[in-house]
Amino acid sequence: MKDLSLHILDIVQNSIRAKANLIGIEITELPEENQLIITVTDDGSGMNAEQVQLAIDPFYTSRTTRKVGLGLSLFKQNAEMTGGSFILESELGKGTKVTATFGLNHLDRPILGDLVGTLLLLICSSGEANYVFKHQTPSGEFELDTRDIRQTLENVPINHPDIRSFLKEMLQENLEQIQISE
Amino acid sequence: MNKIKSLADLKKLQTEVQSKIKLREKGDNPENLIQIKVSMATCGIASGAKEIMNYLIEELDHQGIDAVVTQTGCMGYCYAEPTIELTIPGQSPVVYGFVNKTKAQDIIEKHIKLNEMLDGIIPISYTTIDN
Repeated sequence: MKDLSLHILDIVQNSIRAKANLIGIEITELPEENQLIITVTDDGSGMNAEQVQLAIDPFYTSRTTRKVGLGLSLFKQNAEMTGGSFILESELGKGTKVTATFGLNHLDRPILGDLVGTLLLLICSSGEANYVFKHQTPSGEFELDTRDIRQTLENVPINHPDIRSFLKEMLQENLEQIQISE
Repeated sequence: MNKIKSLADLKKLQTEVQSKIKLREKGDNPENLIQIKVSMATCGIASGAKEIMNYLIEELDHQGIDAVVTQTGCMGYCYAEPTIELTIPGQSPVVYGFVNKTKAQDIIEKHIKLNEMLDGIIPISYTTIDN
């Protein structure tokens, strides 16, 4: 993966496949502790203890279309490469939580990348799931809940081109406001 | 500094868009629309599926073509990512591999507009996957 936003997009696909209704994406920047923490939580089908152990093995997947499953392994590798850590917690029937901590100023930390594009793609074109996105920096916090957006939109589809470009600008402006890292 | 957009601004836009939608109100049944599924698993994402998906959405909107662009899982053609599945209403789905922006443009111009198939179709009898 070229950047962290692509990792987020990738990890969220797991939640979508686990039939999650509500997916939380949280990014916390802690320059004083030199940490960048990315958390993805979902209320999907979850995994049993054995599957949790196997999930970070690149040669394990629940898919039948191919024999490898690299998403979590690559995310873990990148986090650990920057002096960080990786935790995968899951409970069958309850959901899954992925926490990856990166060294914020570490030379090997991938850039955050096109976060707006990733969020837009998830919000507007990935079906019925709702998202709660939170980004915290020392300059402030931005939170977006797609349930609020859907409620405001009533019967207007969230993937309508005009709504999409509005959301794009809204995300851009708000993330700029809290001065997110590269 | 300009005011940052909020949910209140979205409400204004919602009213505008709603009246526009009412004006159109033609066969909005998704089954009558062109459907494009972009394979968006680790393999696809690593090969640039996100850029292709955004490009397709923007280009189709720009050209005023009504189509539903959604994402799907890995179709098993990891070697040929980014892959897209194109379904023209009433026809079988077709999978294109190695889709870059030029290829995406060709697919819009030839397959979607003129209904001419292009080279690069993954030629295995293919059935759509659930996720």
